[in-house]
Amino acid sequence: MVSDAVLTGAPPAEAEPARLSFSVPGMRCAGCVAAVEREASRFGAARVNLTLKRLTVDVARPDSATPDRIVSTLAAAGHRAVPLDADLAPDGDDPVGRDLLLRLAVAGFATMNVMLLSVAVWSGADAVTRDLLHWISAAIAVPTVAFAARPFFSHALGAVRAGRLNMDVPLALAILLAVGMSLYETSVSGQHAYFDAALALTFFLLIGRYLDHRTRARARSAAAELAALEVPRAERVVDGRVERVPVADLAIGDLVRVCAGERIPVDGTIRAGASELDRSLMTGESAPVSAGPGTDVHAGEVNLTGPLELEVTARGPDTVLRRMAEMVATAEASRTRATTLADRAAALYAPGVHILAAVAGIGWWLATGDLRIALNIATAVLIITCPCALGLAVPAVMTAASARLFGAGVLLKDGAALERLADVTHVVLDKTGTLTLGAPEMRWDDVDRDALAVAAALAAGSRHPLARSLATAADAAGVESAPVTDIVEVPGHGIRGTWRDGEVRRGRAAWVGADPVDDTATYLSWGTGASTAFTFEDRLRDGAAEMVAALRDRGLPVTILTGDTAVAARALAGRLGIDDVRAELLPEDKAQAIAALEQDGTVTLMIGDGLNDTAALARATVSISPASGLDAARAASDIVVMGADLRAVVEVIGAAEDATARIRENFTIASAYNVLAVPLAMAGYVPPLIAALAMSASSIMVSLNAARMLRGRS
Amino acid sequence: MTVLLLLIPVSLCLGAVGLAAFTYAVRANQFDDPEGNAARILDPEREARPDDQSSRTASPD
Repeated sequence: MVSDAVLTGAPPAEAEPARLSFSVPGMRCAGCVAAVEREASRFGAARVNLTLKRLTVDVARPDSATPDRIVSTLAAAGHRAVPLDADLAPDGDDPVGRDLLLRLAVAGFATMNVMLLSVAVWSGADAVTRDLLHWISAAIAVPTVAFAARPFFSHALGAVRAGRLNMDVPLALAILLAVGMSLYETSVSGQHAYFDAALALTFFLLIGRYLDHRTRARARSAAAELAALEVPRAERVVDGRVERVPVADLAIGDLVRVCAGERIPVDGTIRAGASELDRSLMTGESAPVSAGPGTDVHAGEVNLTGPLELEVTARGPDTVLRRMAEMVATAEASRTRATTLADRAAALYAPGVHILAAVAGIGWWLATGDLRIALNIATAVLIITCPCALGLAVPAVMTAASARLFGAGVLLKDGAALERLADVTHVVLDKTGTLTLGAPEMRWDDVDRDALAVAAALAAGSRHPLARSLATAADAAGVESAPVTDIVEVPGHGIRGTWRDGEVRRGRAAWVGADPVDDTATYLSWGTGASTAFTFEDRLRDGAAEMVAALRDRGLPVTILTGDTAVAARALAGRLGIDDVRAELLPEDKAQAIAALEQDGTVTLMIGDGLNDTAALARATVSISPASGLDAARAASDIVVMGADLRAVVEVIGAAEDATARIRENFTIASAYNVLAVPLAMAGYVPPLIAALAMSASSIMVSLNAARMLRGRS
Repeated sequence: MTVLLLLIPVSLCLGAVGLAAFTYAVRANQFDDPEGNAARILDPEREARPDDQSSRTASPD
């Protein structure tokens, strides 16, 4: 059932088979899978991965089966699909996770069997039988430890070679010493063999390692998915024909067409056409700017009203957009690196455990003169100090936290960001696109309803943001459009039409013949000489006011950093009750403002969406961006909020505080257990089976405590 | 106690069978798309098992 080109493996010279990837976020059920695969299979072999909400199509002839055609076919069937950049899209293959899972399974199998044998020993097997059971345990334990515990050995070896101590050093030492001691005990027909404890230790530690890996892999895949969204393509004009090509294939001097409503893919100079540009990603300024032949434009700006033809002056890495990325890299490098709680715990734990074990061993040796007893006690101390609860304490909480946040529409790109977020003392916000939607809303002071009726008729078909907002406002107020005929859009100027036998125009002040006002406005001329101005302001995002209030309730000072004018910024800050506003900032200024705050010991959270925020996002201790932000901003931040509602930010901070509290509790549980158990072990009162059981009990306690995260806030 | 000589190998063998089954399942991609496999089992047009990596291609008509 595979198409011929794939079977023969001999593709036509000019069109090689290609694998196309799509993200299909709406797929939920068996019916969707069948429908999507059926539609997509018209173009080639199609397969859906429902877990990743991903569709891959192996296309035999890429020239006829383009991503655009597949997307429109799926759209006709009711499924929104987004093409992913095949080079960037995560393929769902996870060899490291698979490897860990296998080691985990082997460790689990061996632990269960050796535990069974231990129960037999413990319930009173005598000399010969005990030796037999010990030897069988050894035969299971030694190869298992060699295979399953290899990740710990290699990490510990790496750390020791680099002259450091990490969590894996005491773990590897405990496992090795336990197995070595037990082998020796077995060979001399001794009573105490710790094979079960060594295996249980390996098993629990691998669970922690696997959970940790899953959280990281999911975060990485989320980040890669965001990066692969919106394949950058451009429409190149060659001899009057338009072809769609990847941006990487463009050369300087090529002519590129950008339709109204599209994002400009390259830096260039306008050669033909007139339109208005949304430059907010570069400047943070929300008001549209008019553009005509000769105007320089930059990648990332949005063409609003009319088609434009550009001559490419820079593309890819040379664009202003990409040069910003270098600034981001510098900011990232100077970021304050916080040590995670796990690192701090390990720094205390590793030397502490070694000293305790050494003291116990030497003490017993001096007291009894028997090296075998001394080593036995030292091993018991190393095992009983319960590194497995410590190894599970963080990953279990992080897995639970990221599952809870994923459900709330929040992608966590870096688990450690949650710990940093809990320490935040100052919140810095961008204005346009973050606090506001970046879309203007009409002001209602002295608006003439008749004028609005005419303006709404003229705005109906336009893509211009002011026109769309005006139409929405009229609709919401129940104003019916006036019967305007002969409507023509004049790109770069506005819209004209005929109403009551006279010409009416809505658009720029000069074209309409009105006196311009200071605000963001669109103008209407109707009848003879009469003109009206409709003024606009940027609308607040849902939940913005609640978020600012909630932040203030938590005692966090809030600052706005914006590239917009001081007047506009103050007006908005006043509505939200924020006093600290810094306006007319360049991207460097924003990053410097953050750096200055951090220098004074403040821990900053930056929330922003635009290119002009990117450096600041990278510089701040923690950063959040909305999914509507530019990909560079999403890439620079630790956490991405998928929905439009800003209250999710409060939810994330709440989850961060919960997670940190759970981690601390887990460390407390582990320490309390150690304080009880270590003196017993040092005094020589802990037989191997009790050691293994106690260790398991504390691991289960820690996991259950982490699971409390899943319940959400009460 | 000689019964141990029989019972221990038996229990080990049973465990090993479980381990082998799990290893096979991991190697056969059964853990790659658990949700998708759960959905595909309901698809009448397809008699795929979870480890079936075949893609759907256009029917001949």
